[in-house]
Amino acid sequence: MPPPLLQLRLLSKTYPGVRALADISLDLLPGEVHALVGENGAGKSTLGRIVCGLTHSDSGQMLLRGQPYSPASRPDARRLGVGIVMQELNLIPTLTVAENVFLSRMPRRLGFIDYATINSQTRQILRALGLTDIEPDRMIASLGVGQQQMVEIAGVLSRKCAVLILDESTAALTSRETDLLFGQIRRLKSERVAIVYISHRMEEIKRIADRITVLRDGKLIATHQADEISIDEVIRLMVGRELGEASPCQRTPGPVALRVENLRCGNVVRDVSFQVHRGEILGFAGLMGSGRTETMRLIFAADRRDAGHVYLHGSSTPARIRSPRDAVRAGIALLTEDRKQQGLLLPMSIRANITLPKMSAVASVAGWISGGKERTAAHRYARVLSVRARSTEQSVVELSGGNQQKVIIARWLYRDCDILIFDEPTRGIDVGAKFEIYRLLSDLAEQGKAIVVVSSDLQELMAISDRIAVMSAGWLAAIFPRGQWTQDSIMAAALSGYRAAAV
Amino acid sequence: MTLQEAKVLDYETPPPRPANYTAFVVEYLGLVLALVGLIVIFGLRSRSFFSPATFRTIANQIPATVIVAVGMTYVLIIAGIDLSVGSVLALSGAVLGVLMKEYHLSLFVAMAAALGTGLLCGLVNGIVSVRWRLPSFIVTLGMLEIARGLAHMVTESRTQYIGSAVGVIAATSLAGLSLPFIIAILTALLGQLVLSYTVFGRYMVAIGTNEEAVRLSGVDPRPVKIAVFAIVGVLCAVAAIIDTSRLESAAPNAGAGLELQVIAATVIGGTSLMGGRGSVIRSLFGVMIIAVLGAGLATLGARDETKRVVTGCVIVAAVILDYYRHRLGRRSR
Repeated sequence: MPPPLLQLRLLSKTYPGVRALADISLDLLPGEVHALVGENGAGKSTLGRIVCGLTHSDSGQMLLRGQPYSPASRPDARRLGVGIVMQELNLIPTLTVAENVFLSRMPRRLGFIDYATINSQTRQILRALGLTDIEPDRMIASLGVGQQQMVEIAGVLSRKCAVLILDESTAALTSRETDLLFGQIRRLKSERVAIVYISHRMEEIKRIADRITVLRDGKLIATHQADEISIDEVIRLMVGRELGEASPCQRTPGPVALRVENLRCGNVVRDVSFQVHRGEILGFAGLMGSGRTETMRLIFAADRRDAGHVYLHGSSTPARIRSPRDAVRAGIALLTEDRKQQGLLLPMSIRANITLPKMSAVASVAGWISGGKERTAAHRYARVLSVRARSTEQSVVELSGGNQQKVIIARWLYRDCDILIFDEPTRGIDVGAKFEIYRLLSDLAEQGKAIVVVSSDLQELMAISDRIAVMSAGWLAAIFPRGQWTQDSIMAAALSGYRAAAV
Repeated sequence: MTLQEAKVLDYETPPPRPANYTAFVVEYLGLVLALVGLIVIFGLRSRSFFSPATFRTIANQIPATVIVAVGMTYVLIIAGIDLSVGSVLALSGAVLGVLMKEYHLSLFVAMAAALGTGLLCGLVNGIVSVRWRLPSFIVTLGMLEIARGLAHMVTESRTQYIGSAVGVIAATSLAGLSLPFIIAILTALLGQLVLSYTVFGRYMVAIGTNEEAVRLSGVDPRPVKIAVFAIVGVLCAVAAIIDTSRLESAAPNAGAGLELQVIAATVIGGTSLMGGRGSVIRSLFGVMIIAVLGAGLATLGARDETKRVVTGCVIVAAVILDYYRHRLGRRSR
């Protein structure tokens, strides 16, 4: 066996509140395609980012060709021969294909950009990749997402690398483009380039990978030869052993509170239909990018939908919800995924944050706010949720993540909504606060609210949900009632949309 | 904040009204000191500073600027800006002047028309920037030109000399204070009360802080934004009435450069250009500081150009100071 090209030794990285990588040691052989798989948050992308210089590990070491390798930045890694293609495109939409490919290394003639050279060289690069329908002088913005991805890949491949990391780079590609990419990967293999292939797409991994490494919760679980392991076994390694589920909540769900039919928005949300009952917690599982957040935003009318209807409380006529204001008035609350950007008024007080959606309750008809009423109301709800703070006058920016989340929940309780949609309610929150929120969700369900919880934490969903809906690539793949789900079946459903023939 | 300091709020009754006096004093202290400092410096440098002429200059300039500054404070708070205030003032004044001079309408009818003009301009600014999600900078820049052009069209580029029929407003005084002065103070007081104690004021601050969060809370920010621009327009018209009354004439190039003066005053007063923070009373101080600065420089014999350079430097210094104050505030948390 040839000596490893890249060696990772005990790499660890911790972000505030979460251990992203724990003592990862891995060898990458020249000319191999090494697949990296794992659930959301398993650490795959973090590992890729450390190797290509975008971020640094807290501890551990990397060796490239036996020499210590510790790139200061992405361009630094690039110079040393390590490149990455990520799912988020790094292209500038208003420049042409050729300009993007040569952005950091523009050949000049007398101070002016040598367009003749970059155009002809880019044309060669594109042809070599098999991309015959893209001209080098086309503006990036005029290309489809798949084509843009291919241009990005072409740009990275055109410069010699020793190690190439592909992080979910086939997400936007058609099957033909994926074939072209795989052709290039095989060519690179023959040139002894080592390739790290990060993906959810099991079929692709089976096609192209030589070895598969499974990560879970930041730890390296196993590495196997690709032809020695089945997809099902890989999935089992990804999700780990079955954990005993937390005490099941004996709730009898009431009538249907929310019915969603044929919700559609581009390719991101495809024909989603489901219902939520009063007194029920419906969990939404799925991989990142599967369309869960987008679905909830469509229901809340935060984004405009292409098609679909929402029916409330058993009504046979669709509810007229065209803006978040309509949604809130209809009794729907959305606790957004990103509380700092989309939920909180950071410099303002807890009190102001809580009372925002229903100021009429603490003000006179003319609009004069009653300070006393407002303080009482805010205090009451902050207390109900056990918000830890000096007083309701404290600015929310000073609170911990868990308490900030409680303030937002307090806001929706104050508004008194019947249908509560929580998007990643425990993200970035310490364990103690997490359980408080689980208890709270349970209490709310018992009070008869209809609750939807979107979460990337499968254990969490399995502990608190009455049913779990699984989304995959924009489709609603499955809905499992309590007692009929397993981690494997949920994960298989989550992957199913990606296993189907690519669009 | 340590765990010892943080505790679950667990008393039965909410805490008494917070006494935020230290913060209050600190915020205003800076402005008061600056104002007093300027007065002292100019007073020492020039005997003629403390003269009736100087006070009259300042007292004449202030009312119109204060009134517009109230509106500009609102606009800056919602993270917008209104560059058209000078032109809208001119247009409203022009309408007032022409209706009285050419069409011989009464003062009240002409005033109503002027207010309507201001309102209309403000609504256009607001609706266009909200409906098409355009930066208010651009929209009001367009209005700056449009309103100025219309002002010239309406007056045929001639100053409309009206006389005492309109001058009565400026000439009236109550308890020794001129009517314009009283209107200005009342506008500022009302403006601050609305900002601090009404739902509308709360929405303005929230929108300037995080408009998306407000929208996702079920509050539609769009009518509030449009209303703010409409308010500015009306206030420009009020200022136009006062100015026209003082000069007993309406000139098509009235209010030239007003927008920069007013923005300077609000920024010096501590209103953030990023939105979400501001105070009408502090903007009032800002207006006074600029007025004293201008009058003081004049008594020192400074030319107009020098005044502009100095005023510009003061504005930039105020914004830099604001940057540090912001950072200090954040670090103490």
